[in-house]
Amino acid sequence: MTDDQKIFSGRAWVFGDGINTDVLAPGRYMAAPIKELAGHCLEALDPTFAANVQPGDLVIAGEDFGVGSSREQAAEVLKLLGIGAVIAKSFGGIFFRNAFNLGLLAIVCEQSATIEAGSKVHVDPAAGQICIPDKNIILTSEPVPDFLLEMANRGGLVAQLETRLLGKAGKNDQ
Amino acid sequence: MGFPHREYPAMLSSLQCFFRMNLTLPRTLAEKIIARAANLDRVKSGDIVTCQVDLAMMHDSGGPRRVAPILKRLGVGVWNPDKVVLVSDHYVPGDDDNAKSILQLTRDWAHANAIKNFHDMKGICHVVLPEHGHLKPGMFVVGGDSHSPTGGAFGCFMFGIGATDLAGVLVTGETWIKVPATIRINLSGKLRNGISAKDINLALCRKLGMGGGKYQVIEFAGSGIENLDIEERMTLCNMTAELGAMTGIIAPDTVTEQYLESVGAGGTNSADWQSDPDANYLEQHDLDLSDLAPQVAAPHSPANAGPVEAHVDTPLDRAYIGACTGAKLGDLHMAATILKGQTAAPNVRLMVAPASVKILADAKADGTFDILTAAGAEFLASGCGICAGYIGDLLGENEVCISSTARNFQGRMGASSSKVYLASPYTVAASAIRGRVTDPRGFLERVAHD
Ligand code: SF4
Repeated sequence: MTDDQKIFSGRAWVFGDGINTDVLAPGRYMAAPIKELAGHCLEALDPTFAANVQPGDLVIAGEDFGVGSSREQAAEVLKLLGIGAVIAKSFGGIFFRNAFNLGLLAIVCEQSATIEAGSKVHVDPAAGQICIPDKNIILTSEPVPDFLLEMANRGGLVAQLETRLLGKAGKNDQ
Repeated sequence: MGFPHREYPAMLSSLQCFFRMNLTLPRTLAEKIIARAANLDRVKSGDIVTCQVDLAMMHDSGGPRRVAPILKRLGVGVWNPDKVVLVSDHYVPGDDDNAKSILQLTRDWAHANAIKNFHDMKGICHVVLPEHGHLKPGMFVVGGDSHSPTGGAFGCFMFGIGATDLAGVLVTGETWIKVPATIRINLSGKLRNGISAKDINLALCRKLGMGGGKYQVIEFAGSGIENLDIEERMTLCNMTAELGAMTGIIAPDTVTEQYLESVGAGGTNSADWQSDPDANYLEQHDLDLSDLAPQVAAPHSPANAGPVEAHVDTPLDRAYIGACTGAKLGDLHMAATILKGQTAAPNVRLMVAPASVKILADAKADGTFDILTAAGAEFLASGCGICAGYIGDLLGENEVCISSTARNFQGRMGASSSKVYLASPYTVAASAIRGRVTDPRGFLERVAHD
């Protein structure tokens, strides 16, 4: 892993507490293709979000981000919109797993409320550091465990399974 | 180097002592199940372990349509089709082309993968599983749905996962977990007339908040459990999802055994699946059931709960009795107790979606269906319906609904401007009669006086 992959930066979109799966991936569009669903991500709270978000942007939130349904489209649409990571005070347990499974970083930061909308943020998920250069602030986050970081960087669980299954096939071939 | 010989016996005996102690340290029910599934003598909270899955449940939304492409990419099939239960419920009854094709894809996949336990449009997964005797105490079960904790009512460790995790299980038969600690809720006393498990859940949502479960296990215990039938226990465990718990669990007792016997799943030893008396809990909370009043959660969070008084007289457009949380046979009985000889207010649509086809049949056989129909109830298909907000007659702009379901997130059941109040089936039924949020106890006094 190079340093470029380890530390990254993005612009902050800030949301509050209890951002649930139903506002991330609204039920009435769940049968639609994922690209269409992504267009409705968070529209109940900010109708401009999906249209204006840029690849590499970060989603910042308070408590219980992704709480609710097991629908992993809630994480998938964020990934599809190019979100680099979600930084929240806490996460719904299923969302947290889904995010890493799909290659989206979910980072727990007690002081996420310090981050202001539009500010530039540097993130070092392994070290557990979040830096806001304009304000000269460094926040601590929970370091992402190696195995999750590795899975996310590889693109998620399926890519990891692919390697594992291919590894097995390779062994059998010998 | 090495230890001098004379120290061997002492070392040996202290080692033996250490191991014996470790094996006999008191354990919670969840720890016992996880240790068995992980093939370890013991586990402690925070450990990351890999568990063999006894059963994997999935439904039409998070199931085949999501996992089939992953299995195809990996070029593998299902590890053990007999350990998979598939239920079509989210897109039932399939009243548009998208829904129809999802239901058909589900059927085709079940057939192609030799899934014998496929329950097609028979009801909501969390209710259909126990009805068919799929759940037994001590099992380690994953479900591709967030209300999978419902299975905890049968002494299972059953938790919800997303579709990619599910695909991983289908391929390998195993999954990793971070061993959760247990939060114990001690229930005492007996619920008064007109109060139900749903009120317990809402009171807990207010007290602990949606993150209060900390993605740990919530075990319901204490003498108050004895008075709750199996369906009420399902409701209790179901809404641990709204408490942010990994799952809920209740140790099996005679009530559990009798139920399992009745669905052909008897024969487990309940004594093996209990928390040890001195087991270690992360937190303990006490709740006296005899104190509890009817609860209502205001929009847009289950944690906005409080006694019904705060919302009495809020005008309503709909009253919905549905979902795995609030449309089991006992839930319909609660509604019928209130609605017997009454009719819903003319400006309110009273809608009932029994949680399974079997429950609908039972409600027809015991007269509940007739009481509710006479009160003006529209009956809907046995599926997730407007609870999921995927299909059906969803809430329109600014519509206000009182609902026996589990979640009232903004826009979940329809338009972003709609509002949902969560309550027990008693409270939903009483509110339907007046067209306004209503304390059901007034109607019960009337029944008592009649
Ligand atoms: S009825 Fe509602 S809560 Fe239950 S499984 Fe269906 S969508 Fe989920």
